[in-house]
Amino acid sequence: MPSLKDLKNRISSVKSTQKITKAMQMVAAAKLRRAQEAAVAARPYAERMGQVLGGLSQAYEGRPDAPRLLAGTGQDQTHLLVVATGERGLAGGFNSSIARLAREHATRLLAEGKTVKILTVGKKGADILKRGLSKHIIEQISLREVKTLGYGTAQEIGEKVLAMYEAGEFDVATLYYARFSSVISQVPTAQQIIPAKFDAAEGDADARSGSAIYEYEPDEEAILEDLLPRSVSVQIFRALLENNASFFGAQMTAMDNATRNAGEMITKLQLSYNRQRQAQITKELIEIISGAEAL
Amino acid sequence: MADGVKIEIVSPEYLVLSAEAKSVTVPGAEGYFTVMGPHAPLMSTLRPGFVTVVDPAGAETRYFVLGGFADVNNGGLTILAEQARPASEFGRTEIEARITAAQEALNKAEGVDEKMAAQAELDQWKNLLLEATSTGVAH
Repeated sequence: MPSLKDLKNRISSVKSTQKITKAMQMVAAAKLRRAQEAAVAARPYAERMGQVLGGLSQAYEGRPDAPRLLAGTGQDQTHLLVVATGERGLAGGFNSSIARLAREHATRLLAEGKTVKILTVGKKGADILKRGLSKHIIEQISLREVKTLGYGTAQEIGEKVLAMYEAGEFDVATLYYARFSSVISQVPTAQQIIPAKFDAAEGDADARSGSAIYEYEPDEEAILEDLLPRSVSVQIFRALLENNASFFGAQMTAMDNATRNAGEMITKLQLSYNRQRQAQITKELIEIISGAEAL
Repeated sequence: MADGVKIEIVSPEYLVLSAEAKSVTVPGAEGYFTVMGPHAPLMSTLRPGFVTVVDPAGAETRYFVLGGFADVNNGGLTILAEQARPASEFGRTEIEARITAAQEALNKAEGVDEKMAAQAELDQWKNLLLEATSTGVAH
């Protein structure tokens, strides 16, 4: 049975923990709002890009002269997994759920006899995947120094990936990140970025229906070749933004839980503290009374 | 027939401009073109330069764009650019820095193709500097 003093200490330590988690929750909530705004602001660009490329690439479906970024290398022996996670922990299952998805895929690919290369963006993913897959990690990119996530950051990563593709270092690239669906739910997602895959242009169809034939300047092929590499960066950028929003969402939820748990713990500790105090008082009273009676 | 054209300039980070305009001049890869009112569907890649937007009242606003494409369709004109911002935020020093970088790239370039590409890049920026000076955009 812990003494009264022990209990008191424990209560005050849980209280200070609660203060910290509460503060972290509020910081995460503020950051989440900004991250969400950034993700929403980036949406029009990515969507338009997807529509245009979707329309253009349909024309090249199955044609042998399609650009390599669209058609692929013709094999799928070497896979590059780009795993985007957070830089920090304390966000519930955020980092581990992305890493788990990537690990599952990596293990499956390895079992099929494929070569797997992993590029991690964000420190936590690298830390988790190091266990068991360390020899497949070819590069780790840290975003620790990046204060506000700009397009430039994504572009750098995109160019790195493209350079590797040009050098023939992999055949298929897949991007792993957590899609932000709401504050309490972030969905780990795998998205193939090379060779490019586009949803059949749905929105574009309305814009184009009724319109005459498109005029292309310079020509369709040149435009496609100009846009495909950009689209890789855009997709990475979008993933990073979604990831950022997801991270703060997960952190907020995790910290909210932690604050609530700390509150419950304090109530329990307070209860046993009060009981013990009462017991002590009763004991002292008995001692005094029996002492007086003995006289 | 509507007289104006709906213009949207979008950068990866945010929507830079969404407005009704009288006419819009765009630096297409194969030369400037101006979109006024209903225009035949057109898609063009961009070269670095200034987009001039003339609003219905006749006032001109310029935007600097770099890398991307313009899409003209029934819905209006959409410019997707990797970098897009009001020209007033775009200084002369930036163009000069680009020229220096392009010059260095040209000096380093090997082989005909690379040299040609580097030269084209350099010329592009030099022209842009001239243009910026003559229109008084950059200072």
